[in-house]
Amino acid sequence: MGVIDIKKIARTEQLFAPGHRACAGCGATIIIRQVLSVAGKDTVVGFATGCMEVVSTIFPYTAWEVPFLHVAFENVAAAISGVETAYRALKKKGKIKKKINFIAFGGDGGTYDIGLQALSGAMERGHDMLYICYDNGAYMNTGIQRSSATPFGAHTTTSPAGKKIPGKMQWRKDLTEIIASHGVPYVAQASPGYYQDLMQKVDKALSIEGPAFIDVLSPCPLGWYYPTKDTIKVAKLAVETKYWPLYEVENGVHRVTVKPRKFKPVEDWLKMQGRFRHLFKEENKWMIEHIQKEVDRRWEKLLKLEEAGL
Amino acid sequence: MKETWKELPIGAIIKEPGTSKRFETGDWRTERPVLDPEKCIHCMFCWIYCPDSSIKVEDGKMEGFLYEYCKGCGICAEMCPTKAITMVREEV
Repeated sequence: MGVIDIKKIARTEQLFAPGHRACAGCGATIIIRQVLSVAGKDTVVGFATGCMEVVSTIFPYTAWEVPFLHVAFENVAAAISGVETAYRALKKKGKIKKKINFIAFGGDGGTYDIGLQALSGAMERGHDMLYICYDNGAYMNTGIQRSSATPFGAHTTTSPAGKKIPGKMQWRKDLTEIIASHGVPYVAQASPGYYQDLMQKVDKALSIEGPAFIDVLSPCPLGWYYPTKDTIKVAKLAVETKYWPLYEVENGVHRVTVKPRKFKPVEDWLKMQGRFRHLFKEENKWMIEHIQKEVDRRWEKLLKLEEAGL
Repeated sequence: MKETWKELPIGAIIKEPGTSKRFETGDWRTERPVLDPEKCIHCMFCWIYCPDSSIKVEDGKMEGFLYEYCKGCGICAEMCPTKAITMVREEV
């Protein structure tokens, strides 16, 4: 498709209806809207338990204008693999002719933690599907508990910043690289702030035969403690501070898709969010440096991989 | 909604798409976005960044907001390149 013209897409039918019960300023619903506007009507969506499943399908209401399947927390990748296999069988018999996209969505809880086994299995079996993780970095739906996607130093209700610990003391798991190690044809990382990049990646992932995975940063005003109007600003700043590099791994080759001309210190991104407020106390200042070092290291590693054509 | 549980579809299947439109979330709002059509250049940034599918687009033109659903998050006003959208306090 190349460059995506949103003026053209804005004329087409909306596939995610208003009236869903997501918080004001939710990042994940923006992601869903951007993804669906590329995927189009011939799409089957599966959703793991999480914020977006809860807010979009409160019985008897649904915000989805495409076939939607809600499964348990851990098995959305397995469920969509099954649907895709059934589709292939029907296609072989000539009962279905058209091409259908299969997209499984999960939050970071349902992807990094609980659904990792099902996801790994689906990737290895090579189903023609796309898995999208909207990563808001904690179990936001149940009240902001830490997950393995929560960044170092972040305050959550199960890693509370106080006298004992200054927030979460472990690094975030690098899931994008874990899935890339499966050797699947397409893996990418995206942010809704860079909609063009995100939508192009979805388009590419859907056109490629075989499994694809996209990890999308999903700002959450409730759990990250920032004003609702700043969702896109936070999503953009995460990229500009190297915290969330936008890159893709196509057939094992890394490519950084967005290289900001000027980088900002990671402090700017942390400052916007209340979950990192305690880092700015005198005794915790070392953590900001620590985060900056790690962010720089991961970025340099990525550039080296790209340069080496790996 | 149907009257008794006996009429509900088995397995909580929702047979009709997009029924959430019958649930209005506009009353969550504390601030409402207001458009200045003079300044609007119809770039669709508000549309692509709206979490609530609440930007009214007709024939490729930005025509205002769906106030029945808009939760007043203010992302559109923040991202508008020409500052054509302002947030105004809701009065009861």
